[in-house]
Amino acid sequence: MPNTVESPPSKGASPALRSASLARIAPVLVVATLLPLGGCGVLDHGMLGAAGPVADQTRHLFFIVCGILLFVVGPVLLLTPLFAWHYRLSNTKSAYRPQWGFNWPLEGLIWIPPILIVVLLAVFLWRDTHRLDPYKPLASALPPTEVQAVALDWKWLFIYPEEGVASVNELVFPADRPVHISLTSGTVMQSFFIPKLAGQIYAMAGMTTQMNLAAGAPGTFRGENTQFNGMGFQNQKFQVRAEPATDYRAWLARAKTDGRTLDMPAYKALSVRSVQAEPSRYGAVTPDLFKAIIALDDAGAHAAHKEAKQ
Amino acid sequence: MSGDELWYWLFGRLDAKALPFVRAYDHPVLSEFIGAGAGAMVVIGAVGVVALLTYMRWWRPLFLDWLTSLDHKKIGVMYVVIAGVMLTRALIEAVLMRTQQSLAINAPGIVAPEHFAQLFSTHGTIMIFFMAMPFLTGLINYVVPLQIGARDVAFPLLNSISLMLTAGGAGLVMISLAIGEFSTGGWSGYPPYTGKAFQPGVGPDYWIWAVTLTSLGTTFSGLNFAATIYKKRCPGMHLMRMPLFSWTALCTSILMIFAMPPLTLATALLALDRYADFHFFTNDLGGNMMNYVNLFWLFGHPEVYIIVLPAFGVYSEVISAFSSKELYGYTSLVLATMAIGVLSFTVWLHHFFTMGQSANINAVFGIATMTIGIPTGVKVYDWIWTMFRGEVRFTTQMLFSLAFIVTFVLGGFSGILLAVPPIDYVVHNTVFLVAHFHNVIIPGTLFGMIAGYQYWFPKAFGFRLVEGWGKISFVCWVVGFYLAFMPLYVLGLGGMARRSQALFEPDYRPWLIVAVVGAFLLLTALATLFVQLVVSVRERERNRVPVGDPWDARSLEWSVSAPPPEYNFATIPQVGRRDAFYWRKAARGAYKPADHYRDITVPKNSWVGPFVGLGGAACGFGLVWHIWWMTILGFAGVWITVVVRSFVRDTHRVIPAAEVEATDRRWLDQAASAHPIPRRLEESPENFGLAEPFPAPVPA
Amino acid sequence: MSAPQLRHVGLNLRGSDLIEPSEAAIGIYGFWIFLMSDAVLFALLFAIYGTQLSATAGAPGPQAEFKIGPAFIETLLLLTSSLTFGLASIAMKYDRTRTGLVVLLCFTLVLGLAFLGFELNDFQTMFANGATPDRSGFLSAFFALVPTHGLHVTAGCIWIAVMLVQIGVFGLDDRVKLNLLRLGLFWHFLDIIWIGIFSVVYLQGILR
Repeated sequence: MPNTVESPPSKGASPALRSASLARIAPVLVVATLLPLGGCGVLDHGMLGAAGPVADQTRHLFFIVCGILLFVVGPVLLLTPLFAWHYRLSNTKSAYRPQWGFNWPLEGLIWIPPILIVVLLAVFLWRDTHRLDPYKPLASALPPTEVQAVALDWKWLFIYPEEGVASVNELVFPADRPVHISLTSGTVMQSFFIPKLAGQIYAMAGMTTQMNLAAGAPGTFRGENTQFNGMGFQNQKFQVRAEPATDYRAWLARAKTDGRTLDMPAYKALSVRSVQAEPSRYGAVTPDLFKAIIALDDAGAHAAHKEAKQ
Repeated sequence: MSGDELWYWLFGRLDAKALPFVRAYDHPVLSEFIGAGAGAMVVIGAVGVVALLTYMRWWRPLFLDWLTSLDHKKIGVMYVVIAGVMLTRALIEAVLMRTQQSLAINAPGIVAPEHFAQLFSTHGTIMIFFMAMPFLTGLINYVVPLQIGARDVAFPLLNSISLMLTAGGAGLVMISLAIGEFSTGGWSGYPPYTGKAFQPGVGPDYWIWAVTLTSLGTTFSGLNFAATIYKKRCPGMHLMRMPLFSWTALCTSILMIFAMPPLTLATALLALDRYADFHFFTNDLGGNMMNYVNLFWLFGHPEVYIIVLPAFGVYSEVISAFSSKELYGYTSLVLATMAIGVLSFTVWLHHFFTMGQSANINAVFGIATMTIGIPTGVKVYDWIWTMFRGEVRFTTQMLFSLAFIVTFVLGGFSGILLAVPPIDYVVHNTVFLVAHFHNVIIPGTLFGMIAGYQYWFPKAFGFRLVEGWGKISFVCWVVGFYLAFMPLYVLGLGGMARRSQALFEPDYRPWLIVAVVGAFLLLTALATLFVQLVVSVRERERNRVPVGDPWDARSLEWSVSAPPPEYNFATIPQVGRRDAFYWRKAARGAYKPADHYRDITVPKNSWVGPFVGLGGAACGFGLVWHIWWMTILGFAGVWITVVVRSFVRDTHRVIPAAEVEATDRRWLDQAASAHPIPRRLEESPENFGLAEPFPAPVPA
Repeated sequence: MSAPQLRHVGLNLRGSDLIEPSEAAIGIYGFWIFLMSDAVLFALLFAIYGTQLSATAGAPGPQAEFKIGPAFIETLLLLTSSLTFGLASIAMKYDRTRTGLVVLLCFTLVLGLAFLGFELNDFQTMFANGATPDRSGFLSAFFALVPTHGLHVTAGCIWIAVMLVQIGVFGLDDRVKLNLLRLGLFWHFLDIIWIGIFSVVYLQGILR
């Protein structure tokens, strides 16, 4: 490749620029080649394929912010190649003012629009941060379903305090009303996430966080922990089912037929590090178990060490 | 004393299982073989280096000319060498991770979870602490004293100590490949997962001590450069006359002084939890991991600007030099730089919007975060307007700068999206976030560092890097970047969690395949960068620029020979305005002998730096493996070295005026006999480092 | 910037021969920056202590463990040592015989060691009462903040001892003077931190 060095730079500049612009359009080419492969189905798995009011409003906000940002990004994407190419050394017709380094009106043009855009964005941000606060109850004629979620290594425990049942790796709720979830962790910090329904909230030991979400219609979704927490992390997914009220009743009834009771010893057994492929259920739960879990004051060592012995 | 006790006394908890080779023998699976291979590469690499040094008889020059040197230029070069080695390792790890993900869709892939977790932890730790930081510290070291007209930094010995502490930390990370294992807690090392209850092994300890060593070294670097820039500028070099790179170096140094203590404290308290049973971040007895998260990001967010700002400085220099034009909006750029520095301390909470704080708090920090977009946007426009009415030359450095502007703006786009809390809730901890920070840090730091390396290389070594390979490398970097990271935005929006060793969603496959192709292209890009270096060294005679000004540049570092003499300036320059060297050239005042030459005092070489680095690393290694005698020896060694040094009075030597004059006149003769070359020939072998004024500038 | 004695931070190094005032100024300036960094460290330790105040987890809390008497004596010792160091600095400038300087430095060293003795005694009492750092988040924070200051004082004492030896070996050459100026800054800085500890940790803990 040393030949490039010898070639007259007046000519040498243009292939280099061509490669630069090639580099810039590369992503477009990639996307274009992938579209026929049906690669865009992937977007349906997240917020863009919203299946509930929270995700839906977030998607709306996402597009608004993207739209505003185009006014920031657009000029840069346009001007950079334009100026670089027009004022290239080999273009002898372009103006040349080597001592030009300041201009008041231009300074205004550089400083003021970004400030205005940030002010505009700040308005949306303030409004929607409050509107989409995960702690804020969702408007609904029916009271929300109460669920208590406990993050374990490497599974999720869901307690239904009003029904006295519990499930592992399976969150089922009626689609006709919102869900209010209280979260804590029986182990390290984790992040609770159902991409198609709502955002994330951390679950931390000894503390409670909260989240409100709802499904727009009955459906099955994927839930996950997104905060790395050890060797079973990638398997820590759970099934989320928003069901018609009657189906939900039927599910509760089925759950109650399970003979096991979730009490503290059962919880301790469950909290041992493991991956659980199939969901399971507990037909009964000791009252206030969630509070007891928060108050455990447990280093988490029992979970780690039990695994080591296995 | 029983055998076991003796073993523990001598080697702590070190045993045969610590060696990846033994683990691979015990469990002959692919993942372990990869681990053993990596360990073997470290061992073979180390043996190879030792053999080469012995064969070439380079031991003496290595120690006497380099490792003990207090010359800021040599220290700068050594920093960059560390960055290059570590970059290679961490990039290979990245390729391995993406390969695993592209294979492991409803399949086991080639790397086990434990191994994968170590990969992303070392990749992040290395890229931030042992690639970006040494690279930028190296460039600052080399360039800043030359730019501000100083003979050296404020504290040359402390500079060497900083380097060696960083080297010690990097050494610990490398040793962890061959002995034991690394943390699986990511580069941010969140407890309680990194606490004793969940990771009793040596992994987090390696992370703690490697990071602590480099954190201390970086604090000293920041101190050193702040003092240098405030106190060692040459006469007339007012702050507002400093080149932009020196301004960004100043801002970065200030950030280092204030942002590194939180990191040091976070790792120290985590160590107390792990070693002495304290309860800062544990789940039980009143520990609170949220304190760690706050401490870490109180460091972590300024850190982003510590690594980005120097690259902004490089771009300011490069775009001005290769647009053959004054920088547009100097004052704006300075203001924007300092504004970013201040604002960087007000936004750390956006790293954990999802921790359950109130909407008011999230909104305030979200708005603060977007505010940083204002000065950053101003900078981008200042660079664009610098090209306006210029004469742009498309050298490798300039191409990197242009690619930076375009790419970085996209990173800023996703950054503003992430600054909006409700949007952050749905992409936090997904690969969207991974795509975002690579999208700002790769163009915002790595491209800048590469551009800086290409830009100042001729100054440091006296010959230019060949352009052909540079441009090939450029195309690979940029295309590789887009292929590797744009798919991650899509995947992140599709809900793919980061740090996943295996995936269960077939729809992810095409995007992961594109990403892995991009990763391989990035590795190719790095390889071509090394090829460029080798080819350039081979062809150095054709590309020599001894007069020292190959790019017709504007600041003082170009006013001396390439490579510069040890003392930088035969006489300390006087500066009358910004772009001092440019105006001196314009007034035909460059390349003139001094009225009279004086003796120059330079610091003597010192073994203190290497001893402190070695002591620190030994202390760290001893702590990792509970080898207490080694810990005490290393710790005591460091302090005894420092105390003994305080009794040494013979620390300087004098270079006689006659020698200075002879060297200077030799260089002036070269300049007088060189043929000034116009800009269109700057990439040709005719470029001897003497620039033809282009076009004859009008003195203002 | 006009009069030479205003040229640099801290005390004027009168009669220093080799070292230029500007050089000395850089040395002192760098140390100020170091102290600033160190101050950030302490600020964060105070902040952590504040957040962990209520995290006693059933272990002994502030009221049970903190005694105003010893803490007050420690404060007096450290403040007096700051005074003696200040006098030592003045002696360095005006006393040509160096006796005053050496005697005052020895005083400072003794006061520093006495402070450490009292502090260690406090810790020992707390340990004997079962107030050890592995008991609670609060005690962890206490045993991170206060002993970090104690370690700094220890380092300061070692530094004083080294400087005494250096005065013996080199007399008052420019580097010894420069280091004494830095040591002075360090010692006074530790005093300020202690005032913070006394008010935030001890007074607040007892009065609450």
